[in-house]
Amino acid sequence: MRDVPILKLAGVMIVLTVITSVIMLIPDWFGEQASTAADDIDRLFDISIVFSSFVFSVVMVLLGYAIWRWRAKPGDESDGEPIHGNTRLEIAWTAIPTVIVSFLAAISWIVLDDIEANEPAEDSMALTVTAQQFAWEFEYPEAGKTSREFHVPVDRQLDVELRALDVLHSFWVPEWRIKRDLVPGAPGASIDDDFVVEPNKEGTYSLVCTELCGLGHSTMRVEVVVESQAEFDAWLVDQPETPAENEDQAAAEDAS
Amino acid sequence: MRAAIGSAGWWRGIYGALIGGAFGFGLVIGLRAISGLDLFQTEQTGYPHVIVPAITAPLGFLWGMGNFDYWLRWASGAPTIPDDHADHGAKTWKDYFKVNTDHKVIGIQYIVTTFFFFFVGGFIAMLIRAELAQPGTQIVDPGTYNGLFSTHAALMIFVFVIPVFAGIANYVLPLMIGAPDMAFPRLNALSFWLLPIAGILFLGSYAVPGGAFDAGWTGYAPLSTGAPLGQSFFNLGVQFAGASSIATALNFLVTIITMRAPGMTFWRMPLLVWANLSTSLLVVAATPFIAGVQFMVLFDRALHTNFFQEAFGGDVVSYQHIFWFYSHPAVYIMMLPGFGIISEVISTNSRKPIFGYRLMALALLGIVVLSYSVWAHHMFVAGMFEWLRVPMMITTLLIAVPTGIKIFSWIGTMFNSVLHLKSTAMLFAIGFIVTFTIGGISGVMLGMIPIDIHVSDTYFIVAHIHFVLFGGSVFTIFAGIYHWFPKMTGRMYDEKLGRVHFWMTLAGMLGTFVPMHWIGMEGMPRRVADYSAEFAEWNLMITVASFFLGAAQLVFLYNMIVSWRYGPKAGPNPWRAKTIEWQVSSPPPIFNFDEIPRVVGGPYEFGVPGARHAIMAGEKSEVKKPERSEVVTT
Repeated sequence: MRDVPILKLAGVMIVLTVITSVIMLIPDWFGEQASTAADDIDRLFDISIVFSSFVFSVVMVLLGYAIWRWRAKPGDESDGEPIHGNTRLEIAWTAIPTVIVSFLAAISWIVLDDIEANEPAEDSMALTVTAQQFAWEFEYPEAGKTSREFHVPVDRQLDVELRALDVLHSFWVPEWRIKRDLVPGAPGASIDDDFVVEPNKEGTYSLVCTELCGLGHSTMRVEVVVESQAEFDAWLVDQPETPAENEDQAAAEDAS
Repeated sequence: MRAAIGSAGWWRGIYGALIGGAFGFGLVIGLRAISGLDLFQTEQTGYPHVIVPAITAPLGFLWGMGNFDYWLRWASGAPTIPDDHADHGAKTWKDYFKVNTDHKVIGIQYIVTTFFFFFVGGFIAMLIRAELAQPGTQIVDPGTYNGLFSTHAALMIFVFVIPVFAGIANYVLPLMIGAPDMAFPRLNALSFWLLPIAGILFLGSYAVPGGAFDAGWTGYAPLSTGAPLGQSFFNLGVQFAGASSIATALNFLVTIITMRAPGMTFWRMPLLVWANLSTSLLVVAATPFIAGVQFMVLFDRALHTNFFQEAFGGDVVSYQHIFWFYSHPAVYIMMLPGFGIISEVISTNSRKPIFGYRLMALALLGIVVLSYSVWAHHMFVAGMFEWLRVPMMITTLLIAVPTGIKIFSWIGTMFNSVLHLKSTAMLFAIGFIVTFTIGGISGVMLGMIPIDIHVSDTYFIVAHIHFVLFGGSVFTIFAGIYHWFPKMTGRMYDEKLGRVHFWMTLAGMLGTFVPMHWIGMEGMPRRVADYSAEFAEWNLMITVASFFLGAAQLVFLYNMIVSWRYGPKAGPNPWRAKTIEWQVSSPPPIFNFDEIPRVVGGPYEFGVPGARHAIMAGEKSEVKKPERSEVVTT
């Protein structure tokens, strides 16, 4: 190790880190952002890309250098230097990754707390999403309406509750960056079946089921229309009333 | 003919299977008749008259093949027939089709059987990619498609990656530690024969009403508890594969702890031995969990228990907790033996001692301990208790540290080395460092909860698991097969074809799995037969690359078969390695050693003047006095 050009290698690593990071940061990996959580999550992903590029560059430069520098000449039957280790180096490559992953864990935790406001905002709209093989149903309890179509107002926090009638399903709108399984048996003490999300961009997106739920799993997609409050209200008026037994059930749940 | 029926072998095996199957069938029908029930219960989760024979017929087969003969005689008080070891070694290819207690024969039986399932699973993967080449459904209907990816994963995980490592270690490990065989040779034989049964049950599910199991290899309840009959075959196949795993792990533990050659202290064990010690610790403690949870699913299905039926007080999410409490450690069960292989290959081909040997061994143990504390990172979006997520994220990210130690140590080993790239094993070892580093990095990203919330259950996950299981485990398996091929067969493989195989595999692997990250992040969920048209171009490219990857494996198959038969003779030690298995002939003598070797130093003392790892029996006269006195004092 004595004659290894450490500074030069470090320079190459930094250059490669920068190049890889820049290339990796150009594409819009996660696609369009359409919720308030998306920006935070995408920034976290960008940070992870920079650290990943650094780790990747360090490993590739060291590996490439070792192969280039010490590749055996044809017919060379000699042995390498009998180096058994180096305590300082070993401590370094235990400690530095520990610091890096601890940092990543810390910022992930911060972002997680950020996107999951524990208390719904005051003007949030309640929404109950029910999944069954292989269809979605959306209940708007404040208006007493239930629909197979999925419309939500823009810039208003949704306080979503999830229900599954048969097997596991999963609620995912890629542009919102939010995913959560719908578990049969919810609401239950041990099942975390609600989350908040605030769509902040009008448009039409897809709600995709991402938990294998049987034969029709790949067809279990539905359009998500994010529109202005006025358009949403107009749409909601035309939707059917929530059937009575559903309301009874909801009332029973509220009472309990 | 009478002799054929009476003595262990295929005839008695077939009769045993028939008798066992008939007994199970009769038992079910008889009990149902006595209870006044319909004789045949054909709800899709039922079919007891199929499930019970699917347990008893394999047991009858195992009896017929002679797996239990010694134990049954002993248990019934009949005089046992002392083993004269006449069956050791394989004189013709037919000997590989018999119950054999020789660890080298069993090792080859394991490797060939598991590679058979690798090619079947690979063929299924080609069908999956063919269906996904275009959006919409073209080749198979969605139900069949769900069966294809479920059986692909089940075959690859349970009857290829996990057992092929057991096969390689079975062959190499006793030789490495200077033992004449494994600690329990009969148990070892039984472990092997349980395996093909698991594979046949997985594949047999295609033939039953409702088709192959189609709830994914994860078999999440309640989809699995309500699925057609094929799911029961998955539940049972996992039992046979799991029993095989547990028995082998016990065997390795006892062999490693009690049968090391004199002088081989723990700190003189080759890292492959350390790796298998760590893996076995994982298997014995974790595998019972998947066995248990699959029984619970089977009971929910066939006996109408309510472990996972929420309507009757069951808990749906608990399936995932128990499943991943095995299946996350299983990721390391599928990786640690590979780490061991890579250490052997890199040290030998770099002509250098492993850099930081002790930290390498400790890192393995660190992974064993940590791997029990990360399972719920598979469940960040599963609706489990919120408070469990952050602790699981922290342990998940921390487990990258011991893994990183290993990568840096391997590269440290290559510094100041005399690096030989002529062996295909070394190419796969270096390729492994590249692909596994990428897989490790995407693993850290997945450990970060907010990122995981977005990419969980998408093609990003599919990309990640194939980077760690194909770019990780399978690359190390190829490295191991190429490295020990001369030892196992006594012949050399064709290095030129080996290089073709390596470069095709690396290119095909990157072309197939790199773009999966992108389509996953953009919004393509996993486990779908049909997908949104925006992903069409990428999927077509992935399919083309995957066919290339599939074709590369045919090069490997050709190379192995032809070289095994016609390859040039290999000397005992073509790689000039130091560990004990290379100090005996290729293939090794039937009983490994005339006299147990004595270990006098570390396993990787390349470049240390006068250093020896072991002194073989035949060398006695050559050994100078001072060295022998050194042996006595150490």
